[in-house]
Amino acid sequence: MTLLYSFLILLMLISGIAALIFDKLVNSIISAGMVSLIAAFLFYFLRAPDVAMAEAAIGAGLSTAIFIITLYKTEGREN
Amino acid sequence: MNFRKILALMTVILLGIFILQAFLISPEKGEIALNNFGKADIENRTAQLYIDKSVNSPNEEVIYKESKDKESGSANIVTSIVANYRALDTLGEVTVLFLAATGLSAILYNKKHAKNNFVVKEGSFILKNGIKILFPLLILAGSYIIIYGHLSPGGSFQGGAVIATALLLKLLSSKEYELDENKLKAIEVTAGVSFVSIGLYGLYAEGSFLTNFLETGTIANLFSGGIVPILYITIGLKVAVELTNIINDLMKA
Amino acid sequence: MIDFLEKWSFFGGSILLILIGLYGVITRKNLIKIFIGLSLMDTGINVLLVSLGYVKGGFAPIITSTINNNSYNFVDPIPQALVLTSIVIGVAVLALGLGVIIKIYEKYNTLDISKIRGLKW
Repeated sequence: MTLLYSFLILLMLISGIAALIFDKLVNSIISAGMVSLIAAFLFYFLRAPDVAMAEAAIGAGLSTAIFIITLYKTEGREN
Repeated sequence: MNFRKILALMTVILLGIFILQAFLISPEKGEIALNNFGKADIENRTAQLYIDKSVNSPNEEVIYKESKDKESGSANIVTSIVANYRALDTLGEVTVLFLAATGLSAILYNKKHAKNNFVVKEGSFILKNGIKILFPLLILAGSYIIIYGHLSPGGSFQGGAVIATALLLKLLSSKEYELDENKLKAIEVTAGVSFVSIGLYGLYAEGSFLTNFLETGTIANLFSGGIVPILYITIGLKVAVELTNIINDLMKA
Repeated sequence: MIDFLEKWSFFGGSILLILIGLYGVITRKNLIKIFIGLSLMDTGINVLLVSLGYVKGGFAPIITSTINNNSYNFVDPIPQALVLTSIVIGVAVLALGLGVIIKIYEKYNTLDISKIRGLKW
């Protein structure tokens, strides 16, 4: 079980670093959503189902949508 | 690696050392220490009172479907904290959410392009018809999560976010779909006013703001918890409407 | 090794996530990247707070038909309640900032902070 946590946390850190170094903004936004999704799993393992639901619905769902809308309104419109 | 990046790296490492040394303080020096992972001492924390539901009443065992008239009758202890013991914090939180949504509409206010220009062309067949089936199911799931928030995991924030996501899908599916902003405002104002007036009635009836003045009933029944489910429904409506407003404003910008 | 991982993986991981987000906020030049860094910091802080209240072998703080009285070991519910509100506030403030970004793009036609007049250093 400990190895599973550690693996998930490692994956979360790698996604976080990837979100900052990707060149295309869409890839960064999806990586940031991935960080939130893994955080939702971690909250579930920490026996916090309420927080896990909130993080999955809001962090991984809504904030990714908000980022993509903003990207479209700014630089994405040119493409 | 230019100068700016080296400076940033040094700042970050310094901050990391500061945070880590807070975890390494040994408790026998008489300083307040953070607990090790998995060793939270809840017996001596305020949380134990919330779990026993004995902040103002004697400490008795709380039994599923048997205990009656406990302080806050909700089976989900997180809900009893959010909507009863620390409901004042939640009121402040809802105010922050309201101010952020209002500020966003004030920043993006622009009469010229007051139209949803995020959706460029009509959605495909699968998107349109899939959303027709998914939309009522998502609304149902969101309402269930809100209404059963005091019995099972979930609650107003999660359910409100699910309902806002359903409306986001609806907005994505078609260019013509417009939300009636006056209705949204009416729902939001009604929910906010009823939250505060429930609190004020507690002040009138029991002498303190947001007291649980109703009978709390048997633990883990649907109709239990006194004002907790009612407050949770008002918060849920408010969160759903405000998140929907935020998305709608961003799409019309 | 396993003991070390068990003790430090959550604390160390969440602190590293906070630091990664801070590094991104300081060094990136694109405004959307800066806000991604802020949201990473937000997630890291939330994981750190919840993991401070974890009890090994504890149950989720909900009284159900199997965990049917309060003499079981529960994890600390207070950080969970606070983090719940913190997540919602986080997304609202993020949306406010992104609205400001849209306005900045309309005025300067760029997202690069080194090209926006008045934000140079």
